Amino acid sequence: MQQFTDENCILDVKNLCKEFDGHKVLDNISTKIYDGEKVVIIGPSGSGKSTFLRCLNCMEDPTSGSIYFDGVDIADMKVDINVHRQKMGMVFQQFNLFNNKTVLENIILAPVHVRKAELRKNKKKYPGLTVKKIVEEEKEKAFQLLDRIGLREKADVYPATLSGGQKQRIAIVRALAMNPKIMLFDEPTSALDPEMIGEVLSLIKRVADKGMTMVIVTHEMGFAREVGTRILFMADGNIQEEAPPEEFFNNPKNQRLKDFLSKVL
Amino acid sequence: MDDLAKKWELFINVFINKGGYNVVLDGLLNTLKIAVFGLVIGMIIGTLISMVKLLPQYKKSARIAGKVCNVYVAFFRGSPMVVQLLLGYYVILPLMGIRISSVIASIIVFGLNSGAYVSEIMRGGILSVDPGQMEAGRALGLSYWTTMFKIVVPQAIKNILPTLGNEFITLVKDTSIVGFVGANDLTCAFGYLASNNYEYIVPYVIMALIYIVIVLIFSGMIHIMEKKLRKDERHATIH
Repeated sequence: MQQFTDENCILDVKNLCKEFDGHKVLDNISTKIYDGEKVVIIGPSGSGKSTFLRCLNCMEDPTSGSIYFDGVDIADMKVDINVHRQKMGMVFQQFNLFNNKTVLENIILAPVHVRKAELRKNKKKYPGLTVKKIVEEEKEKAFQLLDRIGLREKADVYPATLSGGQKQRIAIVRALAMNPKIMLFDEPTSALDPEMIGEVLSLIKRVADKGMTMVIVTHEMGFAREVGTRILFMADGNIQEEAPPEEFFNNPKNQRLKDFLSKVL
Repeated sequence: MDDLAKKWELFINVFINKGGYNVVLDGLLNTLKIAVFGLVIGMIIGTLISMVKLLPQYKKSARIAGKVCNVYVAFFRGSPMVVQLLLGYYVILPLMGIRISSVIASIIVFGLNSGAYVSEIMRGGILSVDPGQMEAGRALGLSYWTTMFKIVVPQAIKNILPTLGNEFITLVKDTSIVGFVGANDLTCAFGYLASNNYEYIVPYVIMALIYIVIVLIFSGMIHIMEKKLRKDERHATIH
């Protein structure tokens, strides 16, 4: 059984609040996410679960509260958020592949850009490394990732020609190419045709099985039960109940959760 | 018919024997210079202005810069280009003690003017790009500007290319006013030829035709560029 200590705590959320024009969406949320955990967030629409997820990498700036990632409070506006986001993968409901880039370019764009900037800043640290070499290495890595999802032959096509399932799998791989410490999934299958949901979920499961720390917002209850190590139920901007999947689904305590589960299961 | 043939002969005489083609070539070159460089300057200024206007508004400096840009756009869209040209060449430049050729001055005024229009076109183009594209870039740890220039602006330019082509064509035709500050453009050149013997029909008809041909050539080039930029879209072969 895994030890939950401060050393392997990846995200420490403290008193997180988020308001939109005076309307409170997140109301004082605190939780810790540990290395290797797969936290699944469920709840009715409007409960703030997507906002909560988007606050974790400051895509939405929290109104108050702090989020410690690697010991740094990334909710602090003075922190260079880009450096930290490089270690936090995010997958969107609408895939958001770069439309003007090929599949391969989509995957290598960010890693190449980041490594190029690092090389320019600190040439002595990387003797013999050139921009060309970086591109070659990242391409090699991208092809390996594409092989893993069986889409190598799509490397040079543009996203517009792909199916939703293919797009989302590539979006996941694009996030993985940055070697993140944690992956955030914002309803990754909600925009997919039913027959494509399976392929995306099985990829997420494979990534999970490799030990990746994950936070997943989803409506797929079966998937939540199968992959999650901890399920959070959110309503009214609060975490109403959290428990391991067995207990969560078989023995819910909160009345709101009972009502919710009776509707969706 | 005899009359027209005679007029044609007179024109050829001025055009070739008296060296009129030199004037026309010079005028053509100036027309193209002013239009092309004007658009390049306009694109740069327009892109910068649109960027400033789209900056997140929570910083005071961004709000002030936005106001300045609004004044700029209001002036250059609100007054006729001839007025801007006259003001620039006969008032502002002498006041600043700067002496430059009328062609350079025209290029600058055309650039500034077109910048005001391009800024609005570009702003619309950037707003038309799915916000998810910016989000995806930022989520990967790329900066606002990196994402803007690598992902959003290329897609915006693709979307606005037809409108931008329109702006360029307008610019080409508007060059016919630079005679006001003594620059020799296509219109000036043919006016000069015509005034040689007071025969207007042939030179002015040819002048009109040359403008049309220039615009047609540029329209074709814009169309080819558009096709190239649309290579990332589905059904690229269907037209």
